[in-house]
Amino acid sequence: MQYNMANRKTSKSRENSDKYSVLLPTYNERENLPLIVWLLVKYFGESGYDYEIIVIDDGSPDGTLEVAEQLQNIYGADKIVLRPREKKLGLGTAYVHGIKHATGNFVIIMDADLSHHPKFIPEFIQKQREGGFDLVSGTRYSGKGGVYGWDLHRKLISRGANFLTQVLLRPGASDLTGSFRLYKKEVLEQLVKKCVSKGYVFQMEMIVRARQLGYSIGEVPITFVDRVYGESKLGGNEIVSFLKGLLTLFATT
Amino acid sequence: MTKLLEWLLCILVVMCTWGLLTFDPLDLKLPLVYKEVAWPMPVYLLVVFGCYSLATVGYRVATFNDCNEAAQELQAQIKEAKQDLQKKGLKF
Repeated sequence: MQYNMANRKTSKSRENSDKYSVLLPTYNERENLPLIVWLLVKYFGESGYDYEIIVIDDGSPDGTLEVAEQLQNIYGADKIVLRPREKKLGLGTAYVHGIKHATGNFVIIMDADLSHHPKFIPEFIQKQREGGFDLVSGTRYSGKGGVYGWDLHRKLISRGANFLTQVLLRPGASDLTGSFRLYKKEVLEQLVKKCVSKGYVFQMEMIVRARQLGYSIGEVPITFVDRVYGESKLGGNEIVSFLKGLLTLFATT
Repeated sequence: MTKLLEWLLCILVVMCTWGLLTFDPLDLKLPLVYKEVAWPMPVYLLVVFGCYSLATVGYRVATFNDCNEAAQELQAQIKEAKQDLQKKGLKF
């Protein structure tokens, strides 16, 4: 897409230099990766924002990296950047690894399993520009946000856990365990350095630390579509580790 | 101050006030009505909070948006994406 010369002459020429790096940590996403990339290319292309997609594959045995290479051939190595790792090393380190290679000034984190839809990214970007936010968080719990594929039991646990989190932590954001977010690159760098937890709790800790450090947080309602290809379960173990993590954050922040 | 400390401080202040009003250790001889109202307050407030929690979570579960159109749109886009990618040479 060509930048209109008129754009460059306006005082908003700084907007044209914003670049968005999408971090996609993957593990066994051979089926989903082409689809999420196609959607990202579609919505970024239509909106005209400058972007790159950084695929961080943790040695997937199903050939995710091979599919990623094909996508690189189709869309170009400037748009599809591959930064694989040897084995499953966790989300926090995946972000650190991704940020090191990100050439954008903004970083978008999201799930690669199609539960997060790239159509919301232009909304994230708009919201960030409107309020100059340090980070914009996608929320399933307010406004037009919502979920597809959850039964009553799952909804109850989700809302119950969120309520408990709101009461204990008063975080100033409606969805703490969500992982569809836009960060200023330097903000993400700072937060990842400070966070010590894993899994769900890591995402919660990012928001809580952001508040502690005085960063501004915007929200955009998103739709979360669960179980497109696989199964996501919420077992007793996960609930216990969530509670442990919540209490740790309660006692230490 | 951590959230835990905030809570402990708050609870301390509330319990001291309650203790002061209910047991009158400083012998302030406040009107009897203060004692009568203060005495059941802790349990009362817990019950109120419990009801509020149930009502709030219940309401939020009931109004949790089910995004059917989003799921349908996604399915349609998946089909479109697969066709387009095959055309571009992707071997699934």
